[in-house]
Amino acid sequence: MKQRITDCFAKAKSEGRGAFVAYMTIGYPTLEKSEAAVETLISEGADIIELGVPFSDPFADGAVIRAAAYEALRQGVTLHDVIALAKRVRSRHPETGLVLFSYYNLLFANGLEKFADEAADAGIDAVLAVDLPLEERDELLAVLRPRGMSYVPLIAPNTPIGRVKASAEGLENTFLYVITVKGITGARKELPKELSSRLDEVRAAVKLPIAAGFGISSKEQADEICRHADGYIIGSALVKRFGAQS
Amino acid sequence: MKTTKHYGPYGGQYVAETLMGPLNELAAAYLEAKEDPEFQREFAALLKDYVGRESPITVCRRLSAKLGGATIALKREDLNHTGAHKVNNTIGQALLAKRMGKKRLIAETGAGMHGVATATVAALLGMPCEVYMGAIDVKRQAPNVERMKMLGATVHAIEEGSATLKDAMNEALRDWVTNCDDTFYVIGTAAGPYPYPEMVKDFQSVIGREARRQCLEKFGRLPDQAIACVGGGSNAIGLFAGFLDDAGVKLVGVEAAGRGIATGEHAASINGGRLGVLHGAKTMLLQTADGNVIDTYSVSAGLDYPGVGPEHCYLHDTGRAEYSSITDDEAIAAFDDLCRYEGIIPALESSHALAEAIKRAPSLPKETILLVCLSGRGDKDLENILAYKKSRSAGQDM
Repeated sequence: MKQRITDCFAKAKSEGRGAFVAYMTIGYPTLEKSEAAVETLISEGADIIELGVPFSDPFADGAVIRAAAYEALRQGVTLHDVIALAKRVRSRHPETGLVLFSYYNLLFANGLEKFADEAADAGIDAVLAVDLPLEERDELLAVLRPRGMSYVPLIAPNTPIGRVKASAEGLENTFLYVITVKGITGARKELPKELSSRLDEVRAAVKLPIAAGFGISSKEQADEICRHADGYIIGSALVKRFGAQS
Repeated sequence: MKTTKHYGPYGGQYVAETLMGPLNELAAAYLEAKEDPEFQREFAALLKDYVGRESPITVCRRLSAKLGGATIALKREDLNHTGAHKVNNTIGQALLAKRMGKKRLIAETGAGMHGVATATVAALLGMPCEVYMGAIDVKRQAPNVERMKMLGATVHAIEEGSATLKDAMNEALRDWVTNCDDTFYVIGTAAGPYPYPEMVKDFQSVIGREARRQCLEKFGRLPDQAIACVGGGSNAIGLFAGFLDDAGVKLVGVEAAGRGIATGEHAASINGGRLGVLHGAKTMLLQTADGNVIDTYSVSAGLDYPGVGPEHCYLHDTGRAEYSSITDDEAIAAFDDLCRYEGIIPALESSHALAEAIKRAPSLPKETILLVCLSGRGDKDLENILAYKKSRSAGQDM
């Protein structure tokens, strides 16, 4: 199994910084432009790219990512396009971590085996399904593991520490995606006061690196978070930035 | 196999991690309330004194005679306070919300009946209520929107996606994930993540329990078939719950075939969908080849949903229940028949179940009893039906 994601976090740590995880809705504003955006983000220092697959019912997302998903769908962008794009990015960037970020039905719809074959062939390192909690994830893990791919668990502000540990159990070459606030994706001016202590608590409970996401949009927020986490995730703010450029 | 959270391959809890805590809290509170005689007493008292239960069974004498076959009987959920079966469930869930110390109710609604029923019980219990409704449904069910507002609820018109029930449910989930500490999400149908399908079935099972006893009293035997419309499937699962163990009673769910399943413009998830995951459960789902959810169509807003309760999928697979489908035209014809032959104006949703009975009756003997769940009354649909008829007759003229 390749250890790209582990290596990405190790490299950032050796450079005395947190890993930068960048999310893009693929297909927004167009397929070509989102591919260019991924290139720009890597050139700007993104260690890991989350490739967002547009879904018709994005019930965990805020307005920015929803609008991006609807626009990508309008242009007919599918999971296959996202995987094909991932393959091209992989060919240019052998060391960048690639996480496929999706709602579960898109992965499930055409058969998990088929999906996993294509994703592995494209060089995707790990998969994150927004609506696939610990209780339901085994059937996906069963097709990812044999193909050398990992899974990114989400940790919510109300996830008990015992469950945090269970979520990390048995996984390698990945990180815990620690959600900063109860709610949906989207930039927020302020992050919760208790975030630092929560990140410390989660970090102390697991061996895997942790990255914080939801609501992070500024360098200052990211710097503060990286005192308590191994990395940070920016999504909506980037989607907005690359959407506005088009 | 049926387990606590799954019905064969269906059901489960496919939700964002933030909602797992609230779902576990809800499941625990529900299981406790279910065993608490005081909770059950309070629930039963409200069903009797506030909803006006039990609802009667009406034999359709003139309609049955016209069809010249089986006897059609109606379980009259349309006579409940608020005009549909939905209130059985909202009372149960709102009592649970109070018991859990939640301060605020939210709901999604399609036809508006569940929204009205939630707004009603919110007023009754003195809780603020916000209802999410697709913008298209807000238009086609305008009287119900006004009702909700009159009852003190805030109605949010959702313009996104297909602007119907599924999009309303997406927005309700976004609200819940943001405000889960003090907010109770009152889901209107037997879908969604565990424990909702089970809880909604339990609260609606009063329909089937009453109907079973009433049939024994009235006819001296059980019905031959119990027929109900299925969108998400709450009135159907409530009716079926009374007869699941009676092997001699055929259970029939009726989906909305819209303009015909072959046209692709329908909302028949079991008949026309394939296994998928939406809104917290694995279910039969109307979706594209890529796994995006399809914009469904039915003249009836309450059946216009791309998924279906997981237990229905399971009952379909095991063969315990069968699922047919009825087109817009057939439902409207049944609506007209019930108005003219029985003096009852049914909801368009319920007209689908009635249409199925009307289809089956002529070839069956008079002694055969077809029990139809008349899940709601049709006042809310009048404008919609007039518009539908106008467009049909315009189409025929061309």
